Amino acid sequence: MKFNYFIELAYLLASILFIFGLKGLSNPKTARNGMNMAAAGMLVAVVGTLFNAEIVSYELIIIGLIVGSLIGAAMSIWMPMTAMPQRTALSHAFGALAASLVGISEYYRYAVDLQEPISSFKMTALGFEVLFGSLTVTGSLLAFAKLQEMMRGTPITYKGQNVLNVSLFILAAVIFIYLIFDPTQSTLFYVMVGLSFLFGILLVLPIGAADMPVVMALMNSYAGLASAATGFAIGNNVLIIAGTLDGFSGFILSILMCKAMNRSITNVLFGAFGSPVEDTSTAVQGVMREVSAEDVAMQLAYARQVVFVPGYGMATAQAQHAVRELGESLEHRGVIVKYAIHPVAGRMPGHMNVLLAEANVPYSALYELEQINPEMGATDVCVVIGANDVVNPDARDNPTSPIAGMPIIEVDKSHSVIVLKRGKGKGFSGIENPLFFKQNTGMLYGDAKASLTKLSQAVLQS
Amino acid sequence: MSVAAFISSLFLFVLSETGEAAKSASFETLMPSLYVFALAAFLGYQVISRVPPLLHTPLMSATNAISAISVVGAIVTAGAHYNMVAKVLGLTAVISASINVVGGFMITDRMLKMFREKIGGEEPKKELKKGA
Repeated sequence: MKFNYFIELAYLLASILFIFGLKGLSNPKTARNGMNMAAAGMLVAVVGTLFNAEIVSYELIIIGLIVGSLIGAAMSIWMPMTAMPQRTALSHAFGALAASLVGISEYYRYAVDLQEPISSFKMTALGFEVLFGSLTVTGSLLAFAKLQEMMRGTPITYKGQNVLNVSLFILAAVIFIYLIFDPTQSTLFYVMVGLSFLFGILLVLPIGAADMPVVMALMNSYAGLASAATGFAIGNNVLIIAGTLDGFSGFILSILMCKAMNRSITNVLFGAFGSPVEDTSTAVQGVMREVSAEDVAMQLAYARQVVFVPGYGMATAQAQHAVRELGESLEHRGVIVKYAIHPVAGRMPGHMNVLLAEANVPYSALYELEQINPEMGATDVCVVIGANDVVNPDARDNPTSPIAGMPIIEVDKSHSVIVLKRGKGKGFSGIENPLFFKQNTGMLYGDAKASLTKLSQAVLQS
Repeated sequence: MSVAAFISSLFLFVLSETGEAAKSASFETLMPSLYVFALAAFLGYQVISRVPPLLHTPLMSATNAISAISVVGAIVTAGAHYNMVAKVLGLTAVISASINVVGGFMITDRMLKMFREKIGGEEPKKELKKGA
């Protein structure tokens, strides 16, 4: 391989632009510029690569780039914002697929074309690459299927599940270590690839829809690590840098998500949370008080401060625009309107923020958990839109609750709570929510979007 | 010789050294790669902890687009004088990586331009109607 200064300098420039790009994301004002820099970095890296002396024909490259770009552009233009978690899961699968295919073809090339032994170092890198890559491909595809509701979102569990998963993982690891010492065993290599494809599926099967933010972040991390391992395998620094940045970003996000649920990563992965568990929540007494849209509208119209608490239900009902309309008509009346965003509301980190931004809610009105909780006492009405666990007071009050210790938005401390809900059933996690039975809570049943539209009309008339 | 020129030539020298070493994949190749990895990890941690939760979804799609840099490896695999199997795998890899490159950056930008600090700021009216 001839060393090419031009290509290496292009990669160096690309790495710098990537880092500046991510730095831009620390503020919404600089974020777009930053991303343009990162995109420019990507262009520089791709153009530089085209000068690689090893490339003899460009047909496949051009076909691949055009086909991929068209699909990618089409997906990004027509994908609705509510489908963002699904799209992200798919893109994790694509990224990991690219990394693991490069790894497999590299191995194949050494074994068949060159008849040259692979060094232990290279084998280690290739092994990590295909292990992380393949399990992310199938794991993300399964997450996609769950998010797209092509299969049920509840955890799928069976007896001996964890034992099976762990032994499968150990088997793959043993094969990997064996290959490092003897990389010529190509059958074993393909067995290892197959095992990690399988492991990806088994890993995500027992994870419920409500835990998806953690899984998304983890898959993000693995896809990045697969890219970084590719960089080790083919000796390319820009791949190591970009992959590591992605890997760490995903890692940090998954830790943040776990903290927001007061659970450990192992608990999320192996706890099969949200399966029909023994109900340890306090025997809830009382009845749920149903309220009419007209009453709620009156309450909202004469409130001083109203806080909206959106959850995944807002996304499924596509209700973000209706929320904004109601919020605006309240603001015209002089009501202070705020939006409280729990870190794990929705199906991926930051899901609610994007939806509200799409509906033109300015981000200065969006408040994080720690910012909004002290204001709850001074809030007249909290409107909970399709959120459940993130406002469940049991997490704070009942140490035996399955979600005990999870930080919540303390809507029950406001003067009055209105819960918009489709029906009387429990939430995704199947945990009873005492909030619904409190004296100052009113339940407004029905489709969130329809209810909100009704509320805005009633507010305008009052 | 100016200082800048000296430093850059030194840098090129180091680069060429690591390039030579790439031939004999061994401990000498591993070390520079590990340095890069460790420093990138540290930098990544510093940079990404500063991203506010507000932008976590764009962060995810942005890092996803950036890690699709594996397109670089895929391009070489698809275009080099390798056997047919490797080339077909390379082509598939180029397609799926470039889906992420183009799609990832475009959708990140689509999201980011929706974030406005105040009502009435420079706003993209186009996005208002979408998905309503």
